[in-house]
Amino acid sequence: MTLVAEPHPVATDPTMPSERSGQRAGSAFAPPAPPVDARVNPHLRLVDGKERVLHPKPSGRPDPTAHLSAADIEALGRELDAIRQTVMDSRGADDAAYIRKVIAFNRYLELTSRAILLFSLFPPAWLVGTAGLSVAKIIDNMELGHNILHGQWDWMRDPKIHSTTWEWDHVTPAAQWKESHNETHHTYTNVLGRDNDLGYGIMRVDADQPWHLANLGQPLYSFINALFFEWGIASYDLKLHDVITGKMPREESKPRVDAMLTKMRRQVLKDYLIHPLLSGPSFFPTMGANFVATIIRNLWSNGVILCGHFPFGVDTFAYDSIEGETRGEWYVRQMLGSANISGGWLVHFMSGNLSHQIEHHLFPDLPSNRYAQVAPQVREICQRYGLHYVTGSYPRQLASAWAKVFVYALPDKEPDRSRGQIVASAVKDAFVAGKAKRAAKRAAKLA
Amino acid sequence: MPADTLDVINPLRPGADPLAGRIERIHLETADAATVFIKPGADWSGHIPGQYLRFGIDIGGVRQWRTYSLTSRLDRPDGLLTITTKAIPDGLVSNHVVRDLRPGTLVHIGQAEGDFVLPTARPDKVLFLTGGSGITPVMGMLRNHIAELPDVVMIHSAPTARDVIFATELRELAATGLMRLVELHTDTDGMLDLAVDLDRLVPDWREREVWACGPAGMLDACETHWSTAELRERLHVERFRTHLHAAGEGGTVTFTKTGTIVEADGGRPILEVAEEAGMLMPHGCRMGICYQCVLPLRDGAVRDLRTGEVTYAAPGDGVAIQTCVSAAAGACEIEH
Repeated sequence: MTLVAEPHPVATDPTMPSERSGQRAGSAFAPPAPPVDARVNPHLRLVDGKERVLHPKPSGRPDPTAHLSAADIEALGRELDAIRQTVMDSRGADDAAYIRKVIAFNRYLELTSRAILLFSLFPPAWLVGTAGLSVAKIIDNMELGHNILHGQWDWMRDPKIHSTTWEWDHVTPAAQWKESHNETHHTYTNVLGRDNDLGYGIMRVDADQPWHLANLGQPLYSFINALFFEWGIASYDLKLHDVITGKMPREESKPRVDAMLTKMRRQVLKDYLIHPLLSGPSFFPTMGANFVATIIRNLWSNGVILCGHFPFGVDTFAYDSIEGETRGEWYVRQMLGSANISGGWLVHFMSGNLSHQIEHHLFPDLPSNRYAQVAPQVREICQRYGLHYVTGSYPRQLASAWAKVFVYALPDKEPDRSRGQIVASAVKDAFVAGKAKRAAKRAAKLA
Repeated sequence: MPADTLDVINPLRPGADPLAGRIERIHLETADAATVFIKPGADWSGHIPGQYLRFGIDIGGVRQWRTYSLTSRLDRPDGLLTITTKAIPDGLVSNHVVRDLRPGTLVHIGQAEGDFVLPTARPDKVLFLTGGSGITPVMGMLRNHIAELPDVVMIHSAPTARDVIFATELRELAATGLMRLVELHTDTDGMLDLAVDLDRLVPDWREREVWACGPAGMLDACETHWSTAELRERLHVERFRTHLHAAGEGGTVTFTKTGTIVEADGGRPILEVAEEAGMLMPHGCRMGICYQCVLPLRDGAVRDLRTGEVTYAAPGDGVAIQTCVSAAAGACEIEH
């Protein structure tokens, strides 16, 4: 189902990575490293001479990096640093022209589609307008919003195309999304118990996540989440659960909720009131068109995002594995914890280049139009170091991700119990617990 | 309709933010100086001759801001603004403007600023002291106000006759008797020595209001000279500083809003140094990926701890830097 690069036996490989990159360190690619200060966060630097400590997961599945020494990993880090630097140094007027072209195209597409929808009483206008608006909403969220909010275009110093000022066609305010996505997800990618994107707190997508009875319903939750993905992300970014349960102090939650409600109101007014009102007699068709375009955008982007980390073959990491993690180890985790989508230019563009999820996770602030350029180099490095590089077509990867949602809805088999028995006993436990709770309530009432 | 859609359609529209301008044409003044004609956005609110504007242009995709004196007449029927720049060695923007800029390019501009202007009650006797491209703000004054000034003397220094920007126009003004022009070609005539030359060239200099613009050395000499003569209030000076920051091993970081000043060494992130000084800093991943810690660098230089790359800002710039991976590389000012 997924394509996994064949591991090379590193020990017998004459092109030992550590030696090769030893020569590279002094090359034109690699600028001289600044003086190392032991107090600096090891995440920022490559650290030589550190002993590797392996962190096994509870399931006991093998560590895919066990064959690499600490020196190998730091050498790999140097190679990836060099790739990043080459691109960063060559950013220029062509890249700037690219993002401006995409923005202009997207604005015109949205404007034209919305104009056509003013006459959406006529079915052909509805169809064309809805299709155009769907594409515009996808581009807005993926190639523009996601990437600009990552700071990929901050280097241009254009205050209009900047991670601190950009706003997008989404119910989540950009600032809250940046926090949950850029900070939490990109820092803790696929670390069990730390990266909430691993199942979004509602799904079990890994053998090392504990199974609960509620997971039986996860194919359904997952489908609903896909349909209303924008709202799912919003509640997730808001940390809705913490807000409701009061885990988040009110002085912190209030401004968050207010910002979210303001943004939601704007989005809803725009799509379901103002635009339909402008359409006059086409009020309801326009409202429907906006709804459908939003759903299409949600389904598409949800699909792309599922493909990024959920397909079979992607690795997860133990909770304590990132303590004292070096830059090299961080790189390895990003590569092994992400999956790509293969395909032509259109797939890459419409997925906001998240089809290059592996490269995006390695270099989150590389301009998106450059991921295609570094992908073959990253893949070659993976192959040489004996690390998997998960990729496949969109339908295949999506099917793989969904298969995981179904497979992990059920508990894992235990030596002495079948899946059915585990589920049955969980149902029984839940029933008993429920009964006890009701009894306790009755007793409390009587007393 | 969202504002940025309108800006895509017409960047010069009323309400466009930031204010934009379009390059209409470029005219070479000398071998290495050019005048740029700019059509300003609808919200341009005019200027007083002698003032400058902030000019932001994308070079290699990166926006660079500089300031240039306005030289245009206020009553131009086409409403165009002009600035004149001389390509200086290693000058990124000035070389680009003189050699590579093409009509049709969009630039960003700020509203006119500066108090290097003539008073509304025009002085009877004026002396303009200029050197090199320091002629530009004075040219703005001459083009607009020469008829209102009864007695003008101008001493202009340039290396050779061919380096004199606006040479023809200046010589015509002198020929028609509107002002007296002293042209000094320093390669052959030597530098202007105020203590020796001024009494000879302009015997009544003590009676004149003076506007001076040129290289820093010349302006320093002017200030000393007029101060010594106890006539400092008659001297009006415009300085265009070229900022060269030596990227050293750390330095003093000043946070402009809180007023906090910290000594940062060159090997540690500014974020950490500031936090140790008790500051509340925006932060996120602390490893350069999430961009939650970005703050504007207003002046000075910082070094990216991952790559060693140094980023510079000139005063007034707002170069966004990631404080979690940037160390001070010399003294710098950060807005926070």
